[in-house]
Amino acid sequence: MKRKPFLAAAATLVLAGTLVACSSGDDGTSSSDGGGGGGSDASNCTNTIPKPDLPAVTLWAWYPNMELVVDNFNELNDEVQVCWTNVGEGGDEYEKFQTAIAAGTGAPDVIMIEADRIPTFQVQDALVDISDYGYEDVKDDYSEGAWQDVSVGDAVYGVPVDGGPMGMIYRKDIFEQYGITPPTTWAEYEQAAQTVRDAGGPLFGDLGANVPAVMMALQIQKGASPFAYDTDDPENIGIALNDQASKDVLEYWGGLVEKGLVGTQDQFTPEYISGVINGDYATYISAAWAPGYLTGAGVGEGADSGQFAVAPLPQWDPANPVQVNWGGSAFSVTSQASDPELAAKVAFGIYADEASLTDGWTNQVIFPLNLNALEDPAFVDLEVEFFGGQQANKEVYVPAANAYEGFTYSPLQQYYYDAMTEQLGALNQGSITGSEAADRLQDDVVSYAEEQGFTVQ
Amino acid sequence: MTLQISETAPPRAEKTRRKAPKVPLREQLIGWLFIGPFGVVFLAFLVAPLVYALYLSLFRKALIGGTSFVLLDNYTKAFTDPSFLDGAWFVIRFSLVLIPVQMLISLAMALILDIVTSAFARFSRLMIFLPYAIPAVIGALMWGFLYSKNFGPLGDIFGLFGASAPDFLSNDLIFYGLLNIVTWQWAGYYMIILYAALQGIDPTLYEAARIDGASTWQITLRIKIPLITPALLLILVFALIGTLQFFNEPKILRDLAAGAIGPDFTPNMYAYQQAFGLANFNYGSAISFALGGVVFVCVYVFLFATRKRGSFLS
Repeated sequence: MKRKPFLAAAATLVLAGTLVACSSGDDGTSSSDGGGGGGSDASNCTNTIPKPDLPAVTLWAWYPNMELVVDNFNELNDEVQVCWTNVGEGGDEYEKFQTAIAAGTGAPDVIMIEADRIPTFQVQDALVDISDYGYEDVKDDYSEGAWQDVSVGDAVYGVPVDGGPMGMIYRKDIFEQYGITPPTTWAEYEQAAQTVRDAGGPLFGDLGANVPAVMMALQIQKGASPFAYDTDDPENIGIALNDQASKDVLEYWGGLVEKGLVGTQDQFTPEYISGVINGDYATYISAAWAPGYLTGAGVGEGADSGQFAVAPLPQWDPANPVQVNWGGSAFSVTSQASDPELAAKVAFGIYADEASLTDGWTNQVIFPLNLNALEDPAFVDLEVEFFGGQQANKEVYVPAANAYEGFTYSPLQQYYYDAMTEQLGALNQGSITGSEAADRLQDDVVSYAEEQGFTVQ
Repeated sequence: MTLQISETAPPRAEKTRRKAPKVPLREQLIGWLFIGPFGVVFLAFLVAPLVYALYLSLFRKALIGGTSFVLLDNYTKAFTDPSFLDGAWFVIRFSLVLIPVQMLISLAMALILDIVTSAFARFSRLMIFLPYAIPAVIGALMWGFLYSKNFGPLGDIFGLFGASAPDFLSNDLIFYGLLNIVTWQWAGYYMIILYAALQGIDPTLYEAARIDGASTWQITLRIKIPLITPALLLILVFALIGTLQFFNEPKILRDLAAGAIGPDFTPNMYAYQQAFGLANFNYGSAISFALGGVVFVCVYVFLFATRKRGSFLS
């Protein structure tokens, strides 16, 4: 009788032991199996791999038509297959990637990232320079500016896919009702907003605190250059967030908010989208990929169909127009890739075939940077359904993309955006002025940069 | 749902402890074997991560210059960091308002349900408890939509009286918006704990009180509430610890409340942003431990203040 409890306890312990063994065994496989990092071994792919005998490369991406793109790639390729997972859009994906970098394991082989984040991850040695892995072969498929945005110094850290030339989307019905024409300067924009408001109309636009990249682009349009950074001299960084141009733009938008001319809603939220559907906003300062996004969210359907149109972004100085960019992504090879050369083949090849690109631009989910698509007359002359048949590419987006000169992004981009969001929130609440916001932003980002070991100039 | 909490449940070990008789080695071994499974899980999933986080919090990793050992610098920084201090002050203020409200509501409901014994009482008990069964994330999302100006019902309801609806997602009212969500979520759970404690009271006490001429009101105030004090203290400590670690609801509502909830709204959110948004795991760990310190101090102060009340920890 006395043996029984002892046996029971021993059995329990053995059981616990096997459980522990199981879990550590799992750890062992996922870390040694570098090719299938991120727990995304072949069985975890969202897509089905048609040629399972070929080596697989893992990929994270969030393009809305990614499933089709991956199928196209796998279909056409006889060397390598893609195992794709969507781990979240933008920030969600970066958080997971950041965690995987810190852990040293768990990142995919190839990852979709926005061009403005490339320096942030590059400085952590998380990305691979792909200039030796077939860059020369596809170099001519993209403009120099497109390569510029995904390079740090001479090293290339991504293959461009889409860009975000900016324009002003507006509602034709509201503009007609209040008798206004699309403003070409920011002064006219404010006047038009005032006209609509005085007549009891809706808000004219929106200053979303959660889209700091828009504010950065608008500041650059006025002549600001937030960062100066060069990898040859990685310890030095120039930060200029409170120069006159930056302050002017913040003051301008702060003024619009104060006068009640624009809304203060965060963008990409159900609240904002329902507002857009309601016709609460006469304009939307946004990029070329926005129509696809808005359509996907249910904007421009039914009675609103064809009510939207797009005009070039208003200018500060119409004599010297400046075009800016918001968003746009690239495929990068991560330094956790077990076979960087194979991974680079995927990065270069995916979303570069005609069928995928055509699907992307006909649905306006991407503004392609691949010249084969960008210079395709079918793309340029496309009559965009969302804009009621307007030739939006020809009239607005292609000229904007051609005039875009590229930004300098910094390794502090994530912190800078967070800090900007905080200041825009305060500006929207009316608790600070635009100039104060710029000064606070400068102090905040400079002290972070110094803490991170940079010498600020 | 027949939960019973016995009045004298925790045996008062120190009072009954005498010189422990020598336990044979064999029996000691069996004892260890029994707690073995728990011990392994406890060490692997609680102690080890804590030790590792503590270890991380003693270093600083910069983008340029790599990792260096800084001892307590991260803690010095945390306790002078306005983001952390404001967040900590917010959750302390929040606790001070939330906990009394929550306790009063759950106590009132438990007392009423203890008196009423119809089928309706059982139904109500279930309904009051129901919000606790809804995951916190779903609850927060649901309330976020109810508060929404564009598609929430508040606008219509207030419109009936010609008033404009309060915006619980704005900077001024977010405090009350969150207060409402948390109370809604947890009051039912605390009510069940108190109700179970009330059910555990010996009914002969009421009988004796009635014979002595006590009214229902007097029975409630003089017998029921004093006898469930340990349960009240228990939920108070639960609520205090939970509220100081506030995370889910503000994190979810952040996307709906434009600008009113920053990334450093509560200390836990700030730690999350540092670790996963900015790759600053070291400072994130330090904030977590600093928050642990704040929680410890608050709970200790509270237990010290109530030590004479025969609390459940004595």
